[in-house]
Amino acid sequence: MNHDLVEKNIGLMIIFIIIAISFGALVELVPLAFIKETTEPIKGLKPLNAMQLTGRDIYIREGCHVCHSQMIRPMRSETERYGHYSVAGESVYEHPFLWGSKRTGPDLARVGERYSDEWHRAHLFDPRAVVPESIMPAYPWLFNNEIEGDMVGKKMAALRKVGVPYTDADIAGAAEQVAGKKEIDAMVAYLQQLGTLLKYKR
Amino acid sequence: MSSFWSMWIIVLTTISIALITWLLFSNRKITSTKENQTTGHNYDGIEEYDNPLPSWWFKMFVASIVFAIGYLIAYPGLGNFPGLLHWTSVGKWENEVQQAELATESLYKDFMSKDIPALGDDKKAMRLGKRIFANNCAICHGVNAEGGYGFPNLSDKDWLYGGAPEQIRASITQGRSGSMPAWGAMLGNDGLTSMTEYVMNLGGAKADSDSPAAQQFTMLCSGCHGADGRGNQMLGAANLSDNIWLYGGDAGRIKQSIAKGRSGQMPSHHDKLSEEKIYLLTAYVYQLSKSVDDSKP
Repeated sequence: MNHDLVEKNIGLMIIFIIIAISFGALVELVPLAFIKETTEPIKGLKPLNAMQLTGRDIYIREGCHVCHSQMIRPMRSETERYGHYSVAGESVYEHPFLWGSKRTGPDLARVGERYSDEWHRAHLFDPRAVVPESIMPAYPWLFNNEIEGDMVGKKMAALRKVGVPYTDADIAGAAEQVAGKKEIDAMVAYLQQLGTLLKYKR
Repeated sequence: MSSFWSMWIIVLTTISIALITWLLFSNRKITSTKENQTTGHNYDGIEEYDNPLPSWWFKMFVASIVFAIGYLIAYPGLGNFPGLLHWTSVGKWENEVQQAELATESLYKDFMSKDIPALGDDKKAMRLGKRIFANNCAICHGVNAEGGYGFPNLSDKDWLYGGAPEQIRASITQGRSGSMPAWGAMLGNDGLTSMTEYVMNLGGAKADSDSPAAQQFTMLCSGCHGADGRGNQMLGAANLSDNIWLYGGDAGRIKQSIAKGRSGQMPSHHDKLSEEKIYLLTAYVYQLSKSVDDSKP
């Protein structure tokens, strides 16, 4: 065959390249945006409330996701340590998801209800106070910073645009729910709900 | 997956394999017809040979196409077609778990048949118990079970909710939730100071039982901590007459505890750990305090 035709018509070449490289995305990515297994929430999944959502944003701000993944793979060594493996339906309200792929600290996908609120507070204030061998940084400022209440409702409204089912009442009441609370309260509220819907006895 | 998306994946995958196969063979040249034939490109005197593809490269390309077809037949890849091996990642996990359970079943059965105090002498059980403790409990209670500020020491003889095997087992299984109300507003600063003094003296020299603090203690505190301050394991009320303090035993800390109240929570483990593991943990924790020297408090 003569390649001159493609090599001398750059427009045609661009079209052929796009066709060639789009197969992978069309097969592996596009169906995931439409099939039930990845777009439907698991039973009992609710959007994060105002406190939890604020906590999630602090989690992102402080870079927790850089060292902690939130994705338990279906391997016994992981499920023995962390609990039930993660499923796609748990993350349908997450924008962006925080699965991660690197663990400097342990996975946090099911950390909710594993430790007490007081433990989380002590641990975030000074990790070495409860786990002497820990290399995690301390986050004492979370105990002083007050939550900016006026942002929470706006965040919820933005998330609603991408499909998270917040109601008008959720958005209207958001600022009130976080009023006067410290960042640490939001952080603990976020951590304590992580992965609590799926139970697995180790 | 709906049949539409299944078909979408099957059709596109098949087309792409067919296309690359066609591309490879349609452009194939087995030998050059003339010695040193060039493509005819000539840029500033630089010419390009028109040689066939290296045969090792061509063969690897063919091999990867054959591998892809074989893979799609054996493993799930073509939409809803599960593959001849019926492999799934969840199936693989279930298999791993099953293997592990088979391997440990008799071991745990053996442990469960013994009563908890006897398990303390079983070296294997204690080794396993220590690992389960390290994985699940050490994060609050410490690797050596010595606890910390706000987290009870499990290696001594002092217990908030009781140290009998059944009580330990209940603590692990159901969790515990302790809560002491705040008395700061009711007692006022002077009241707090004298109450702190009274509480600190509970264990030592005879506490003045006629002082106003003593009367307040009887009224406010004895309901949970007992008239003599020895605590109540039914409620998880701490013994105030010994020298063990969960939240610090100096005057400042005790005053803080009385003024602001305290709440401690032990999470429940009935939906996290199997009954056998909780049994083993109970035996491990029970044994920890058993092995403590009796002369120490």
